[in-house]
Amino acid sequence: MSIIVFGGAAQFAAVGYVMGGFSWAGVVLLTAFLNARHLLYSAALAPYLADRPRPMRAAMAHFLTDEAFALAITHFRRVGRADLWGYWFAAIVTTFIPWNLATLAGVALGGAVPDPSVFGLDVVFPAAMGGLAVALVSGRREVVAAISGAVLAVAISLAWDPAAGIVAGGLLGPLLGLAAPGRPLGRAYPESPLPLADPEFAGRALEAGEGADGSERPRDDE
Amino acid sequence: MSLELIPLAVLMGLVTYPSRAVPLLVSRVERMPPLALAYLRLVGPAVLAALAAANTVVRVETLADGTRDVSFHVGPEWPAVALCLALVAWRRNLLLGIVAAVAVVALARALSLG
Repeated sequence: MSIIVFGGAAQFAAVGYVMGGFSWAGVVLLTAFLNARHLLYSAALAPYLADRPRPMRAAMAHFLTDEAFALAITHFRRVGRADLWGYWFAAIVTTFIPWNLATLAGVALGGAVPDPSVFGLDVVFPAAMGGLAVALVSGRREVVAAISGAVLAVAISLAWDPAAGIVAGGLLGPLLGLAAPGRPLGRAYPESPLPLADPEFAGRALEAGEGADGSERPRDDE
Repeated sequence: MSLELIPLAVLMGLVTYPSRAVPLLVSRVERMPPLALAYLRLVGPAVLAALAAANTVVRVETLADGTRDVSFHVGPEWPAVALCLALVAWRRNLLLGIVAAVAVVALARALSLG
């Protein structure tokens, strides 16, 4: 399951569902629901990868997880273009291999594995996701999108379901962000790899994007 | 090791893959309007913040009957994640932020505060 599905939340949930006697159809349906947030990740990365061969994009898609997205989008934004080695490193070296090794260790060692929460390791995921969100903030719109996404995610998670909350936060947060005052549309952000004024450039032009040396770029609202 | 759940894993993989692949494979970025590109640019911060907040504030427990209990959680994870965000914003160093967050939570639990 760690190789075929490669989706932490869905795998944990599936274990609970199977143990609880859910039908397979129910498990599959809930898996699709839990993993629907990957649509957002894929859409956000698409502009960077538009000129890559389709088979390569198809292969990259299988390894697209929360962690791979977070690391890749931050890296792409920082270097100003799609960096394939960066993506594969984030997706496979830092995520896929450790996830599967840890799965094997769990199967082999079972109860001998100490509870990671004793060491505070369960906070690594939210801290890393939050830290990477901060790293992506370069202006008022990102701030509004991030805060509103977080608030909506919590509210809808508590009212309905965490998977729905995360998808709703990811979908609606950017809408609220767009409503915030920012640079006028059609003018490229200084740090943006996407030359919004010229859609022809989107994709291929990322290779020649600004900030390819990884230097700090001015903030949106400075 | 039981192999009877492998078909289930395959089915789960089959319903997961389209959500990962479809936008990457079918989107025509060069034809997307500037507004859509600006929207996609904001998806990253929004969804990562959503993940961070939901995993900090919302506690999910799977009960014995397979149902899930979702509840509001208050604990040392709050100041830990807040410290991480502050350190990343200040020092631009994610590793430092994560280490500090883990230290806060581990210390709080060692002192039976969380």
